[in-house]
Amino acid sequence: MLSTHDKAISAHQQVLTFRLAGEEYGLGILAVQEIRGWTPVTAIPHAPPWVLGVIDLRGVVVPIIDLRRRLALPPAEFGPSTVVIVLRVSTSLDDRTVGLVVDAVSDVHDIESSALRQLPDLGSHAASEMISGLAHADGKTLILLDAGRLAHSTSAPAAH
Amino acid sequence: MTLDLAQFHDTFFAESNEALDSMESALLKLSAGEVDSELINTIFRVAHSIKGGSATFGFTEVAAFTHKLETLLDELRAGKRRVDPALVDTLLRSCDLMRSMLAATQAKQSLDAAGTAALSAEIELILESPAEAPTMRVPALPASVPAASDPATSSGPPGWRIHFAPGPKLLRNGSDPLRILRELARLGAVESRVDAKWVPPLAELDPEECRLAWSIELTGDIKEAAIRAVFEWVEADCVKLEPFGSAATAIDATVMMPAPKFLEPVRPEPEPAPEPKPAPETAIASPVSASPAATMLMPALSAPAAAAAAPSATAPMAQGDHGSIRVSTEKIDELMNSVGELVITQSVLNQLAAPLEGREAHELRSALGQLERHMRELQESVMRVRMLPISSVFNRFPRLIRDLGQRLGKKLELRISGEHTELDKTVLEKIGDPLVHLIRNSIDHGIETPEVRLAGGKSAHGVIQLHAYHKGGSVVVEVGDDGGGLNRERILAKARERGLVAPEEELSDERVNNLIFQPGFSTAEVVSDVSGRGVGMDVVKRNINELGGYVQIYSTPGKGSMVRIRLPLTLAILDGQLARVGTEVYVVPIVSIVETIQVRAEQVSTIANRAQVIRLRDDYLPIVRLHELFDIEPEHTDLLDGLLMIVEADGTRVGLFLDELMSQQQVVIKSLETNFRPITGFAGATMLGDGRVALILDVPGVISRFRSHETRHDPAREAA
Repeated sequence: MLSTHDKAISAHQQVLTFRLAGEEYGLGILAVQEIRGWTPVTAIPHAPPWVLGVIDLRGVVVPIIDLRRRLALPPAEFGPSTVVIVLRVSTSLDDRTVGLVVDAVSDVHDIESSALRQLPDLGSHAASEMISGLAHADGKTLILLDAGRLAHSTSAPAAH
Repeated sequence: MTLDLAQFHDTFFAESNEALDSMESALLKLSAGEVDSELINTIFRVAHSIKGGSATFGFTEVAAFTHKLETLLDELRAGKRRVDPALVDTLLRSCDLMRSMLAATQAKQSLDAAGTAALSAEIELILESPAEAPTMRVPALPASVPAASDPATSSGPPGWRIHFAPGPKLLRNGSDPLRILRELARLGAVESRVDAKWVPPLAELDPEECRLAWSIELTGDIKEAAIRAVFEWVEADCVKLEPFGSAATAIDATVMMPAPKFLEPVRPEPEPAPEPKPAPETAIASPVSASPAATMLMPALSAPAAAAAAPSATAPMAQGDHGSIRVSTEKIDELMNSVGELVITQSVLNQLAAPLEGREAHELRSALGQLERHMRELQESVMRVRMLPISSVFNRFPRLIRDLGQRLGKKLELRISGEHTELDKTVLEKIGDPLVHLIRNSIDHGIETPEVRLAGGKSAHGVIQLHAYHKGGSVVVEVGDDGGGLNRERILAKARERGLVAPEEELSDERVNNLIFQPGFSTAEVVSDVSGRGVGMDVVKRNINELGGYVQIYSTPGKGSMVRIRLPLTLAILDGQLARVGTEVYVVPIVSIVETIQVRAEQVSTIANRAQVIRLRDDYLPIVRLHELFDIEPEHTDLLDGLLMIVEADGTRVGLFLDELMSQQQVVIKSLETNFRPITGFAGATMLGDGRVALILDVPGVISRFRSHETRHDPAREAA
């Protein structure tokens, strides 16, 4: 299922791809504000487990999401290639900035809308609601994520 | 040539409301027995400028009413009528009526016609009643009045020749020459000629500049003051009056004819007039931008009623023009944010420079030190922009107390001190209503009737005391009275009746006093329209807490009670104590901190094998282990190794167990909600000098989190 956000730019969209547990993922490049190295975070008590904490991004408090944990992938040690993709998602209601920790950033791909495929029904899985679709590029399958849902998932109440 | 006057409406309403405030305070001073001509002049000026403004903008009802009021005030001003309490009362009610009329006009609602008619009739009645002998001299009217002229010397019909050369700024100031001409026509037969020779070619014409001048012949037996009144909204200098007929012989016309102001450069002393004096016409012909003196003041309040009389004219000028501008608070907030960012960047720079060595490094550090000082000054100045004296809130209380005292038959005296204490505008806006509640409560419940007071050996006048002062990083406002104090027995009885307190439970005086902050709690025997409905104290407390402040109540039976409110100076910056737990640093608002102690073993008791309390000066306080509450790894787990910070919120005190105290500093509060969500226990976050984010503790939230934490863990503990 495509979100409206991705549909609007889907005729020919550019996707930033990154690696996560051996798979290639992609995010619409328009939602990406910047890519930065990993910096220590301030932990927030009682936050959802995938929220590592917050950082100061030029005077704004930005939550940092461990994307592996968010997508229920096995945790990994943070290495030198570990980066934070800062997403900025504007909706009519608000304007949110979040950082996603990923293993490494790979490339920027042009994706034709005809190359987009819906995610087949995999039953209920923590990750599937964050995935907007699949695409094939350069002989690889890209898992496209929904930036809007990722940015807003921090505001959902924490599960105990 | 028309001008869209609507753009001035908001300014007019804002200025009128401020003017009405000053009228009210002047009236209250009058009622307090201070009769002085400057007070009456102030009141008159307010009525007059509102009349002028509303007539200009076409708010006819307001203009008509204020006109009547003005007539009455004019008699006061001229000393024809004595000030008495009944009159002041009528004037105060007129003040209210004008305020509501203006509010209704602004909201484009219909006016209260019945109320207006009633008060107008009352004023007319007063006007018709015989005026008493003059009781004071007011130096407002010019010494030379045309009425003093001898009619025997008249030749032909009396009248006035008026030269009106208003200057280019007239229209921008909101005056309309057509309106002025219309008003003149009401005084007598008008014959006017327009002098249009200074109107520039169309290509250079600025439609907002008035380049016309008029010569007007006004026939009729008219007082000069009446004509001056019409021109009041215009600079006195651009009007030249010259009597002819009967009036001509009486006055030396040049007295009224100062040289046009816009020709002369600004000088402290008027230069000897050049010969011959330039006529107003030449004045207009000179380039408009010739001198800064061409700038005319907004007529508003600074235009005194009798511009001709110098002494009374200069004082209001100085009063009305504070050289202030109106700026939207958003702009100031943006400025605040930017400065906050600068402060953070500054401390990052300091940390970067700290490890450097060598001569250049030393110079860099001293330059950075200078930068830091300037930065702090900048931050303070920007903060001060948002700060206003609390007098703007206190000023409405004399009226409240007067009215309530009359209604409840109590004799009251208001004592205000520290009204110059400044605090943040946002805080100021929200503190008004809680204070009104507290004062009403004091008057209604606190102060006794004069008979009771006299019987109790007190003076018949109850005293309400308002006191504001700075203490540490906060502002303290106290509302006290010398009434009966809180009735402990009645409060306790009421609380038991409502099930707030168990029947056999014994409470300390402090806890009993704090019961009145419970929702729906009122011990007033009769629900009056003043108080007693049980809404109030809990709302007061909630409002203050929302501002980051605290309320405490003190009471001595028979002697009175006092409510003390502690407020933060500003909502954007907070004085914080940095405290470390494990590797995490938290900011605790200094207002919440009572003290920090090292625990001695004999002070601690462990209850039910887990919960711990500390005995501190006859009180038992629960110990909150922050590392457990926040689920982090501490350095110390033994109470004797770490520190216990006693914090207080809502009258509850707890001890926060932490590892180490760090520096105290002012921190800029950043919201967690913008990109995340609010978290109970935290008021926000801030950036530390090293670029890290530190969370700011919200003490009431921490306490409530602690309580729910305890109950949640109970079953688990039993199972273990």
